[in-house]
Formats: sequence, C-alpha cells, structure tokens
Amino acid sequence: MQMKKLIAMLFAACAVLPNAYAEQVSKEQIKGLDEQVQDIKKDVLEISAELNQLEEKLLYPSNTEIAFFVSLEKSSTLEPDAIELKVDDKDMATHIYSFKELEALRRGGVQRLFTGNVRTGEHKVLINIIGKSGAFKKTDNASYVVKKGVGPQFLEIRLTSSGVEFKDW
Amino acid sequence: MRATLLPAIVALAVVLAAAGDGRAEDAAPAKKLDSSELRDLYFGEALFQAYQGNYFDAISRLDTELTQYYGLDEPGLNSLFHHINSAEFDVGDFELYYRMHKRAGRAIKAVIEGNVAEEIRNEAIYRLAKIYYQKQQPQAALETIEKLQGKIPERLRLEEPFLRAQIYMENGKFPQAIELLTKLDSAVELKGYAGYNLGVALFLNGNEQQGIAQLEKVGLLESDDEKVLAMRDKANLVLGFRLLEAGQAQNAKVYLYRVRLDGPFSNKALLGAGWASAELGEFERALVPWTRLAKRNITDRSVQEVLLGVPYAYSKLEVHGQAAVKYGLALDIYSKEIERLDSSIASIRKGAFLKAVVREELKEDKNWLINLRNLPDTPETYYLAQMMASHDFQESLKNYFDLEELRVRLEHWADYLNAYDEMIKIRGAYYEPLLPEIEQRFRQLDSLMKLRVEQRDKLQARLKKMLVAPRPDFLITVEERTLLQRVTALEAALAAAGGGDAALRQRVARLKGLVSWKVDIEYDERFTRATEHLAQLDDHVKKLNEIYHSFVRTRQAATQSYKGFDQPLQRLRIKIRNAQEKVQILMAGQGHMIEVMAIGELEERRKRMEEYQVKARFAMAESYDRATKEKQEKQKDQPENTPDPGAKSAAEPAPVESGATPGGAAAPAVEVAPASPSAAPEPAGGVRDDRPADGVPAEPTPAPAQEPPPNTE
Repeated sequence: MQMKKLIAMLFAACAVLPNAYAEQVSKEQIKGLDEQVQDIKKDVLEISAELNQLEEKLLYPSNTEIAFFVSLEKSSTLEPDAIELKVDDKDMATHIYSFKELEALRRGGVQRLFTGNVRTGEHKVLINIIGKSGAFKKTDNASYVVKKGVGPQFLEIRLTSSGVEFKDW
Repeated sequence: MRATLLPAIVALAVVLAAAGDGRAEDAAPAKKLDSSELRDLYFGEALFQAYQGNYFDAISRLDTELTQYYGLDEPGLNSLFHHINSAEFDVGDFELYYRMHKRAGRAIKAVIEGNVAEEIRNEAIYRLAKIYYQKQQPQAALETIEKLQGKIPERLRLEEPFLRAQIYMENGKFPQAIELLTKLDSAVELKGYAGYNLGVALFLNGNEQQGIAQLEKVGLLESDDEKVLAMRDKANLVLGFRLLEAGQAQNAKVYLYRVRLDGPFSNKALLGAGWASAELGEFERALVPWTRLAKRNITDRSVQEVLLGVPYAYSKLEVHGQAAVKYGLALDIYSKEIERLDSSIASIRKGAFLKAVVREELKEDKNWLINLRNLPDTPETYYLAQMMASHDFQESLKNYFDLEELRVRLEHWADYLNAYDEMIKIRGAYYEPLLPEIEQRFRQLDSLMKLRVEQRDKLQARLKKMLVAPRPDFLITVEERTLLQRVTALEAALAAAGGGDAALRQRVARLKGLVSWKVDIEYDERFTRATEHLAQLDDHVKKLNEIYHSFVRTRQAATQSYKGFDQPLQRLRIKIRNAQEKVQILMAGQGHMIEVMAIGELEERRKRMEEYQVKARFAMAESYDRATKEKQEKQKDQPENTPDPGAKSAAEPAPVESGATPGGAAAPAVEVAPASPSAAPEPAGGVRDDRPADGVPAEPTPAPAQEPPPNTE
C-alpha cells in the first residue's frame, strides 16, 4: 500500500507542470505584459511600413527605380550556391545562398536580389550562377537587355533546370 | 485511491496531449506557391521572408503592399489583386507566427465579416477558431468553429475536424471528439496524433478499457518519423503509469519498456519501469533501469529522484553497505547541485542569464529553442532546458527575444534616419545652386518650344484648309516669290512709263505666266511634299516633347529628392524614439519577469534538493546502522579468522544486527526514496540523453539483468 501511495505521488507530480514561480508572477501579469509586447510590435511594424515607403521615395524614385528578383522553378533540379548580377558591365550584386533561403525559394518565395537606379533606356543585364544540379557542379550565365521606361522596372530572374529565364514585370 | 488518481491520469494525459498541439500546425502542409502562379513579386518576397521564419519582415512587406493596394483608385489593376485574399490570410498567419494574436484575430474577423466566398469565409473561421484554441479560450474556439457552414476548403479536409475534435475535448464534449477522432485515426497525415488524442478522449469519457486499447494501438505504431515515435512513447508512458496506478505493475512494465531510451520521455519511463519492478518486489530488476537513469543529467527531476531510488532498492535487497555508499554518493551529488543552483541563482540575479540567451548565433535557425539547450554549461544557463518545460517561461523568453530584435531594429532605423538627413542635405547642396540657372534656361527653351509648336499648328491648319480651297500661292518657293516680285516691279515700271512697248509687256506677262503655270502645275506635288514635311516635323516635335517631359520629370525628381522629407523624417524620428522608450521599459519588465520565474524555479529545485539531502542523510545513517548490525551478526556466527564476505570495501560499515523495519516509521529509507518524486514532464523533449552529469559517479552494474532491455529504437 505504501508503494501505491508513493507511485500515486509520482504520478500526480508528473501531471503537473512546474509552477514554482506562480506566487511571484501571476497569469494576469504574464498576459498583461504579453499584450503590451503585441502592442509595441504593432507600433514598430507601422514604423517599418512607413519607413519602407519613405525609403522607396527617397532612395528609389519611380523614374529611375529598377529591381531584380530571383525565383526558382518548382521542378528545377538546380540548387544555386551563389548568384552575381551585372548591369551594363558593372557589378551590382552578389549573393551566397543559405540553406534556409534555398528552401524558401523552393517553396515559391521570391528573393529581391537588388534594387537600384538606372536611366531610362536599354540596359544590359548579365547573370552568373554557381550551383549544383543533382550531384554535379553547375555554372550558368545569361544576358538580357532590359528597357527601362519612365515607371519602376522589375525584372524576374527565373532559375530553371534548362537555364536562366528573364521576365519583365 | 483510484478515484483520486483518475484526475491525475487525466491531467497527465491532457498535458501530454497539449504537447502535441503543434501537430495541428505541422499537419497542415505548407502552402506551396508555384512561381508560375505568382502575379506580384513583392507578395512573393513576403513569402520568401516568411518561409525563412523572418515574420517581422514578411508582415512589414505585406503591410506595405496592402496599404498601397487599398490606397489605389482602381485596385483591380494592381498585381496584388490576384493574391489579395491569400495576402489577407497570410498576413494574419504571419502575425500568428509572430505571436500577435490580437491583431491576427482582428484581421481574420474582418475577412469573415466581409463579402467573401463561402470557402474563404470558412477558412477564416477555421483560422480564428485555431487562434482561440491556441490562446486557451476553448469556449470562444467552440463558438467560432460551430459557425462553419457549407463547403470547407480541400486543404482543411483533415485539419478542420482535428481542430474541432481538440476543441471538443477542451470543452468536455468527449463523445463528439471521439466520433471525429475515430474517423481521423486512419489518416496517414495525422498518424499517431489522432490515435493518441482518441485514446485520451476515451479515457476522459470514462471508457477506460477502450482508452487502454487505443493507446496500446498507438504504442505499437511503426514509423521513421520522430514526431510519430514521440507520440508512440507518450502513449506507452501514459499506459504504463495508468497500469502502475491500477496495481498492474507486471503489465505496466511491458509499456514502459517500449518507450525508446533516446526519446524525450525516456527518463520518466525508466523511473516508472523501476517502480513497476519495485512494486513487484523485484528490486534487483528495478536497479536495471534506475542505474541507467542515475547516469543521466542530474538536472532532470527523474534523475534526481532515482539517486534515492537506487540505494532504496539496495536496502530492500538487504545490501545495506552498498545502500549506505549510494546514499553517500547521492548526498555528494545533491550538495554539488545545491552549490550549482546557488551559483545559478546568483548569476541570474546579476543579469547574466538574459545576456546569455539573447546571443545572436542562437537564433540563426528555427531550432533556436534546441540551440539554447546547447549553450555552454554556464551557471546562468545550466537549468535552461528544464525551465523551458514551462509554457509561460518559453513564451516570456520568446517575447524577450522579440523585444531585443525590435530594439536592434529601432537602433538601426534611428541611424538610417541620420544617414537620410545627411543624404538630403548633400542633395540640397548640389541641386540648390544649379536649379535656378537650369530653371531660367528651361523657361527660355520652353517659350521657344511653345512658339515653334504654335507655328507648326498654324501650318497644319493652313494645309487642312488648302485641301478644300487650293492656294498654289501658299506653296511657291522663295526663288519664285523673288521672281514674281521682280515681274510685279517690271509691270509697275511699264505702267508708270505709259504702258511701254507691247512686245515688252507680252514678255513680262509670259514670264509671269511661266512662274504661275509652274506653281499651278506642281501644286499637287508640292502639297504632298508639304504634308510629308509636316509629318517629319511631327516626329521632331514628338522627340522634343519626350525630351521636354523627361526634363520636367528630372527637374521634379531633383527637387523631390531633397524637398518635402523634413516632416516625415521628423515624424518617424519621434515615433522611433517613443518606440525605443517603450521597448526599453518592456524589456526591463519582461526580463525581470523571466528572472523571477527562473529564480523561483531554481529556488524550488534547491528546496527539493535540501529535502532530498535530509532524507538521504537519515537513510544513509540507517543503512550504516543496519550494515554494522549485519556485520556484527555475521561475525558472531563465524570464526574470527574467516573473511567477512559482506565487507566489500573499506568504505563499507561494519555489519551490525539489522532490526529495522523497512517500511516502518523508523526506517526513513523506505519513505525517503520516492518521497518527493516530482519529475515534471518535458513535452518538448527536454532531455540530454545519456549525457552523464558532472559529479555523478559511474554506477556499478546491478547484479541481475535478466529483464528485457528497453526498446532502444
């Protein structure tokens, strides 16, 4: 019987989460602070959105804005390790991919590789990719002429098994 | 006793079931967006951030896009239009992941109340119910999920009934939950989870036998999935303890030994397996799992407890000398543990704990909670893994991390604003002197251009009129005009001279006629050429207009690049400063709360250690007494020169007569062992398996080891 009592104690103890601090910190305090944290997150997100708009206006006016996005075709076997972007033979951006970024691309996310400013007119875009395709190392490069108009210009660089594709937006 | 223990079983089952809450999320396949379906790049960028767990950036991007979208006169023309429903949901989802339940709830309510399709509305209802469920508001969750009507989106085919069943369980509607979970039990996607919850629901509904059968089924699942295996362990653990409580120790052992040795529930299973053997009086067998458990990390409560369990078993086996030695070792370990706890408490009070946990490298991947367990064993973080077992502690710590992240962001933004200020000043300094001169030249060119355009318009109007009323004289060349002027002058001279010679007049008339004839005869050709020239002029005017507008835009851009930013920058600066102050205050509050929680938990542990120490001390003394008496008895029975087989080591006390009753009040060893067996469950898997704790001496292998070894899968 003694044993059963002891097992019962063990069992009951297993069922209860530790709440040693319950006396010092109440549930209401935890909840109250959590709500305040949520409020400040909301405030900071608003600041972030406002800052995004200000930056776009200040740094990338629409008449010169050009942005390059990278996406990965769903069925592509290509795993990019690094990408290099040149515009009019000038180095604009290089990026080395982390595992998380690759996964995000695979799931359909689109990476904004670079945002900058160019004049209206035609510009030569050159992309160099270093990566793997299956068990093999793969390097690829592709060029494209983008025509910058008076409005913002977006160019999607789509990585596929067969190579790099470009799409004007 | 059974009646009093049932709530404990139920509580354990619910606690363990709650640990599987995450499954509802995990079961929902991550929505994959084929990039060929993507119609808005910035929406894709928000997903890119979210898929990496950067929810702040994802929300911020989507908020910006949604604000712009709703600010448009014709949002239907915007590329986000194609994803607008998804974007509204996703921002709510991201807010949930970012633990902004209030805002996520409001956003989803807005979708429900809006004029949306049935499937979208039902998805929103599902999500809102999930928020309430996660925020432990079961009544609100139930009211919400019961609003579902009509067609449910295909991808919620399993998630919706699973969530509904969980909500029913939370609201005590077990029969309804059982009905749903029975249907879901065969779903591969919910393998282990639906079955386990079904077992728990059956228990809670009073169908004990069915509950046992169901959990037994879950306890035999085959899988390579770590989560499913964890559910299998849970089921076996709950069953094992249930049978142990019901006095079926032999059967209990079967389930407890099925729990994997490297799983998150192995410590409790080893402890329980030992108790099952002990209840059967098989103390040698009890030593098998207990000895193994005793070598594990001392911060685990099961391990702490088993340090008393091992000598208790030895004492029951009448090996009092060994029991005394083990109690002595336990005392040493408890002393060291108390020292470490004191050091941890002191370190946390100095603020070292918060500094240690906000290190950047810990948050490099989504397993940051696991990374925290891998922190170096500094005093401030030594017990972190155990403290993480508390949901409130975890949530508070996450809040603290989020606040730290906000603090860093705000600090960077404040720096950005300073850089923008400087940039604006530089731009102003460059453009200000240039613009007046450019403006003046522009005005001159502008008026000149207007004049030329007016001229062109007049020419066009004239040509248009000439289509209906031919005017050859309008198309004469300069040479012809000069010639005609000279002819006119000759005619005038002749007239002044009284008409002159007829032959002369005829010659002048012929000359005039020749010019007029040429003009008339070439009229059509000249008209065509003039129209062509006008068209050429139009091309030039068009180019001129392009240059003109480009210049106007450039001039405007130049002006706008440094003008009109003062107020927005000032406003942002104030907002950032206010937010920084709030974050600082909240961090202090949240940090203090975490420290209070941590210190409270550690002090509780310290108290328990002291209790264990007292009990171990008494038990050790008694074991020595018994060992001495035993030895003395043996010495009486044996000739003086015969070696004493009981005296195994110098440390072992001399045998004495053992008259103590193991279960009696005067035998603290019996009461001591499980006196405070408070091994808190660690649903998140808070076990550093097989990692010997510092100061834990290697345990000798207990004598009989015929028990089937625990499943080492």
